Amino acid sequence: MKKATYEPKIGWNWRRNWQLHAMMVPAVIAVFIFAYLPMAGVIMAFQDFKPWLGIGGSPWVGFNNFHKLFGQQDSVQVIWNTVVISAWKIVAGLVVPFLFALLLNEVRKAAFKRTVQTLVYLPHFLSWVILGGILIDMLSVDGGMINRLLYNLFGIDPIFFLGDGNWFRFTIVVSHVWKEFGFSTIVFLATLAGINPTLYEAALVDGANRWKQTLHITVPAMIPITIVVGTLALGGILNAGFDQIFNLYNSMVYEKGDIIDTYVYRTALVQGNLGFGTAVGLFKSIIGMFLIVTAYRMAYVWANYRIF
Amino acid sequence: MIDKSLGYRTFTVVNIAFLALLSLACILPMIHILAVAFSGKAAANANLVDFWPVDFTIDAFRKTFENRNFVNAMAISTIRTLLGTFIFLVLLLVTSYPLSKEQRSFKGRSLYIWYFVFTMLFSGGLVPSYMLMIKLGLNNSIWALVLPGAVDVFSLILMLNFFRAIPKELEEASLIDGANHFTTLWRVYFPLSLPAIATLALFTMVGHWNSWFDGMIYNTKAENYPLATLLQTIIVQQDFSKITMDPRALEDISNRTVKAAQIFIGALPILLVYPFLQKYFVKGVIMGAVKE
Repeated sequence: MKKATYEPKIGWNWRRNWQLHAMMVPAVIAVFIFAYLPMAGVIMAFQDFKPWLGIGGSPWVGFNNFHKLFGQQDSVQVIWNTVVISAWKIVAGLVVPFLFALLLNEVRKAAFKRTVQTLVYLPHFLSWVILGGILIDMLSVDGGMINRLLYNLFGIDPIFFLGDGNWFRFTIVVSHVWKEFGFSTIVFLATLAGINPTLYEAALVDGANRWKQTLHITVPAMIPITIVVGTLALGGILNAGFDQIFNLYNSMVYEKGDIIDTYVYRTALVQGNLGFGTAVGLFKSIIGMFLIVTAYRMAYVWANYRIF
Repeated sequence: MIDKSLGYRTFTVVNIAFLALLSLACILPMIHILAVAFSGKAAANANLVDFWPVDFTIDAFRKTFENRNFVNAMAISTIRTLLGTFIFLVLLLVTSYPLSKEQRSFKGRSLYIWYFVFTMLFSGGLVPSYMLMIKLGLNNSIWALVLPGAVDVFSLILMLNFFRAIPKELEEASLIDGANHFTTLWRVYFPLSLPAIATLALFTMVGHWNSWFDGMIYNTKAENYPLATLLQTIIVQQDFSKITMDPRALEDISNRTVKAAQIFIGALPILLVYPFLQKYFVKGVIMGAVKE
């Protein structure tokens, strides 16, 4: 009996593959319209863009918008704020899940472990609108729950968490970590689950206690994934968290809390300075692209991580 | 292999207590807001409520549902979530299926991949996207909320990696039996990938329900606001100017217990799908992260 064979032919092979190409069409069109057309729109960055004149009619201003970006004190401050807030978030967002995963790994009761995991993942799924609403209520100076707690426990006077620049940054970083540490732990727990148990048995035979085992087996096993997560996070250092900041900030903390994304929103869509807003966005996109490409390359070189 | 020393036993007790406290810290804010929502107005304003309602009443919830703007925004959010997730899933499946083929059998694959991946690296930014939406005339319509995010490249990569893990023999058998690629995708790949699809669908639903910024910038009329945007405006920004209503209703929405009730209702769908979500996502996330 003749055996049926299926051999993919080399070449474009339209007769067999037209369906595969047809499947690509809707997404290709959607991405063209909603991702590539806006890329063409960045030429507004070189114009004094007026919506009623359009891209064709607005006057060209060369690099003026960029000169303004680096010449104005507040825009330089905004770039600095973005990097500082982001850097703190990356460091704290790496250290806390790392330690949390180590601690959770020591728990032997499966039910307790599962309950803890369920509870700490939850805030990740709530939006900053919801959490912003809750935090504003809890952090308020006149009788917010946190300030009442601090006063009752330690006698600390009310702290203006969302109205004082330095406290604002602190609040942003802590609340970010609070929201995300549980979810970030998943990847570390997956790594821990993948460690070969015989390593621990061998260490036990050699007389290593739990602390030594952690130090010499668990921690080294988590280093590669930590490097990957950390490097990839560096690629996004210009994203300091628009949703969070926008929902928590106010004019009192612009100096320390305004970041590139909130600044673009205010200058462009609120004040109507569209050309300048586009320039700031373009600056962020270009630096961002460079950082992401570098980060992925480093993650590949250091930890053999590939996205696809 | 378990250390039985006194030091380790002490550590275990401290550790469990610490982890329990940490988990509580993740849900106490939600419990607090719920307690405020069920409390009497006077008690709430006097900061007497911690984690248990004082002067229990459902007044705040009644007032919330009497508010036509709020109910309308809930309906818009629901439609947006269902429509957006449906479009997302259809595009996700038909796109990741061809992309999961080998470059050898599907010429053009890497070209398509780069076409999509480039959008992860570079974007036009807020202003050009905003201007485009105005130019297309999609503002003030639900399409402005569901179409821009319809193709998510990250999900695409997760999905195509999942498809690749399905044995090629199944596809061959199906094609030999006379099925075309559409049938193969629908009858073979789709049922086999339900866990991955469920994960991504739930993530997308949560994303749509939570999304507020697009609703704010693409809608000039507050009647078109999805719930998250409405909540953002009245609770976080405390800007009531965009909402037309009589003074009595205005007093209601600036009331602390009503705000708490609205926040809680805004979070409720997430809290409801969360148990199902939780079952899937750990597997789904790790599945996507681990490559063969």
